[in-house]
Amino acid sequence: MNDLRVSYTLDSTLETVDNAEQTAVRIAAESGFDEDAVMQISMAVREAAVNAVLHGNAYDPGKKVQLEFERRGDDLVITIRDQGKGLDLAKIPDPLAPENLLKTSGRGIFLIRSFMDEVQISPSKTGTEIKLIKHVHGSSGGDKEASQ
Amino acid sequence: MNMKTSTRQVDGVAIVDCSGRITLGEGSVILRDTVRDLLSKGQKKILLNLGEVTYIDSSGIGELVSAFTTVRNQGGELKLLNLTKKVHDLLQITKLYTVFDVKDDEAGAVKAFK
Repeated sequence: MNDLRVSYTLDSTLETVDNAEQTAVRIAAESGFDEDAVMQISMAVREAAVNAVLHGNAYDPGKKVQLEFERRGDDLVITIRDQGKGLDLAKIPDPLAPENLLKTSGRGIFLIRSFMDEVQISPSKTGTEIKLIKHVHGSSGGDKEASQ
Repeated sequence: MNMKTSTRQVDGVAIVDCSGRITLGEGSVILRDTVRDLLSKGQKKILLNLGEVTYIDSSGIGELVSAFTTVRNQGGELKLLNLTKKVHDLLQITKLYTVFDVKDDEAGAVKAFK
């Protein structure tokens, strides 16, 4: 893959979620990922953008979402940052636990981890940064056991 | 493609043909409103035909779960019909495939309602 780095500063709106997903589809396809991987990447980006807009920035028009795509060798690295209070990872329940199966929310981070090869979540008091990495020749993220 | 639904009646079962994307925002709201509307009319046997659903996100999955539990809590039944591979795979990895009653044959699905 040719190296690439693009960055977007986006409003805390539902349009941002759709735009982030569509941009992910385009860049993932241009980066040589197959159809299944493009779907996995775009869905992970969508879920991360939903977290940033809803749970991070809470639709605050004064807060922005930073979205960055970077191709490094055979990796596509996507970073999403919000300006919220910082995600409390300890408070995210395991959506596969029997008592949580019928909950109507709480699957976003799980899906992100299921679909990407590497996921780094860095919460701080000034926001949360989620880094998503997919190897262009890597194993299919959807086949691996999720860690949450 | 935005989410669309149309409802038809077959042997006392409301079959909701869904198409498009069930995602955060409009798609999830349309599904919620459709199911609530059916329940308010006393229709408690609901078959969601997802054959033309092209995409579903975690909010859409949550909406399916909400529809399932809402109908069940009112003494009704909600089943899913014609899952695409994408939706099938999502329900598998979220362990919801065994929670929902999933069918791939409409006539058989209608007969399966009590």
